[in-house]
Amino acid sequence: MSRVLMRGNEAIAEAAIRSGLKCYFCYPITPQGEMVEYMARELPKRGGVFLQAESEVAAINMVYGAAAAGVRTMTSSSSPGISLKQEGISYIAMARLPCVIVNMMRGGPGLGNIAPAQGDYFQATKGGGHGDYRLIVLAPSTVPEAAELVRLAFDLSDKYRVPAMLLADGMIGQMMEPVELPEPVDPDRIPPRPWAVTGARGRPKNVVSSFDLEPEGLREMNLVLQETYREIERNEVRWEEVETGDAELLLVAYGTVGRIAKTVVRLAREEGLPVGLFRPITLWPFPYEPLRMLAEKVGTVLTVELSAGQMWEDVRLAVEGRAETPFYGELGGVVPSPKRILEEVRKYVG
Amino acid sequence: MSVEVAVPKGYTRVFSKPRALSDAGFTYCPGCHHGIITRLVAEAIDELGILERTVGIAPVGCAVFLDRFFNCDFVQAAHGRACAVATGIKRARPDLVVFTYQGDGDLAAIGTAETVHAANRGENITVIFVNNGIYGMTGGEMAPTTLPGQRTTTTPAGREPRLHGYPLKISEMLAQLDGPAYITRQAVFDHPHIVKAKRAILKAFRNQLDGKGFSLVEILSTCPTNWRMSPAEAGRWVAEEVTEVFPLGDLKDVG
Amino acid sequence: MPKGLVIVDKERCKGCGLCIEACPFGVLDFSSEYNASGYRVVHMAHPEKCTGCAVCANVCPDVALEIYREESSVRGAA
Repeated sequence: MSRVLMRGNEAIAEAAIRSGLKCYFCYPITPQGEMVEYMARELPKRGGVFLQAESEVAAINMVYGAAAAGVRTMTSSSSPGISLKQEGISYIAMARLPCVIVNMMRGGPGLGNIAPAQGDYFQATKGGGHGDYRLIVLAPSTVPEAAELVRLAFDLSDKYRVPAMLLADGMIGQMMEPVELPEPVDPDRIPPRPWAVTGARGRPKNVVSSFDLEPEGLREMNLVLQETYREIERNEVRWEEVETGDAELLLVAYGTVGRIAKTVVRLAREEGLPVGLFRPITLWPFPYEPLRMLAEKVGTVLTVELSAGQMWEDVRLAVEGRAETPFYGELGGVVPSPKRILEEVRKYVG
Repeated sequence: MSVEVAVPKGYTRVFSKPRALSDAGFTYCPGCHHGIITRLVAEAIDELGILERTVGIAPVGCAVFLDRFFNCDFVQAAHGRACAVATGIKRARPDLVVFTYQGDGDLAAIGTAETVHAANRGENITVIFVNNGIYGMTGGEMAPTTLPGQRTTTTPAGREPRLHGYPLKISEMLAQLDGPAYITRQAVFDHPHIVKAKRAILKAFRNQLDGKGFSLVEILSTCPTNWRMSPAEAGRWVAEEVTEVFPLGDLKDVG
Repeated sequence: MPKGLVIVDKERCKGCGLCIEACPFGVLDFSSEYNASGYRVVHMAHPEKCTGCAVCANVCPDVALEIYREESSVRGAA
């Protein structure tokens, strides 16, 4: 492990290259520009392909092609660009291709602004494009965690043949922190891809497709997806708990807000308030079970988000009336200070 | 399923289904030129001996079943995105021979940007562009290439350029770019033109093998079903009417 | 012995008639037979006129025709 001071966007790019990234396709957008620029500089030097596409639509379809050809591939963007990629992501999901998509979320809807926001939670965790599909969604709250989760995103995506999304925001993308970068991956560790289109030499032809005109056939394809999703839900739920042992109020927050909420927990504890934090790391699969078990023990589960309450829906599905489930959200790129969140906390405890 | 026919005594087989094609029957309508074009591509793959390193990109539209017809690896692409998908494959594995097979709606309407930019990058791929002036699969709607006055289900009184625009000459547009190596327009309405079209397809594949870059063969095709013509009438219409708007011949050839 | 022979894959033939129109010698015509898909398939109505030129096969959109040529007439051909 090498420890360096890096900007989030660059740490993600470097971690991706060290994870065996072969082809990266992109279209410029703020606030993830440093990732694009880092890739343009570094990836070709290290045997990879960097290509700036004519659009997000083209970029994700290039990812589809490279993934079909059996290499580790990735694209990155921010909210409006991710909306454009949804068509391609749906095809990738049904064709069961592994790839990594990074969304450095910004304020929306529409053009919005470039400030940190979490308004793409529904889009990321509920499908986003057309059809019944899911992405593995990983939400880092620090730069080092972002680097770590990039590696995990590639590994899980390969393991399950499900596209993985790293969901962060401009705050994480642009801040600098000391990072322990992962060691370069051993190419032999990257799972083989017998389904890839590599030329039908000495084997029957491979077809990568999301299409079956026959309802029974398409149902089969869907059932395979659903079975895979159930397996991921069983095996890959990840979350972090802070001071939950004796908590009477549980904050639920992810990403940038999860990080701020850690400070809130410390400040609350200093005041003697029994506050804990539950921070989902996988937004899909959402940690319903562990949250449900904690909800049994606390009186209040307070969700804090940079959205109008998108994750809050999942929190309420997890809690199912076992505790009060108030909500505090900010919109438009406004990021609440720890003190502001603490004010919310005080409404329910102490 | 076709049955292997024993060669009759005293005769030699001089024409049969190319190796690159599977036994699956084509799903095109009777008399549709798609079938001829599909076979010409297969013949080119056979003649160049590249079946085991070729990847085709199937479009959305009447050729959506293309992967069933061929014996090589295939990827099914979203409507219009074939050139982007082909780019991804070719960049990931430059040793593969990558071709797209796209209709006019796919390549010249919804996929205009992907087509233009793949061409402009000189992406080393082969594009087979089937222009029949209509959306066949969806029920005969107006395409960017529909002729002025031509009746379609979305231009029931005929295409009126002031309202619906003019036929989009995308091959002429692409030929203006510095990126492409070879842009040509061919037709398959009779034997001599089929022979020429085949030569063009072979060249478009050979260019890729030689690393020359983006090669596109536009082929004027028919849609007897949606044109409401017999197959023979449809062929004559291409020869007499369509070629007036879309003249045949090479538009760019870097040699 | 005719110089050429056209063998029709009756299940691939869709009865579009393009081969009938293209044949320079009037060899082909619709037969009275229908295939499993309901298409009236073509046959050699005048086999004696066939030269094995393969024009019919080249215009066939369904790769339904195989062409054979009498061996003495093939010699020297590519």
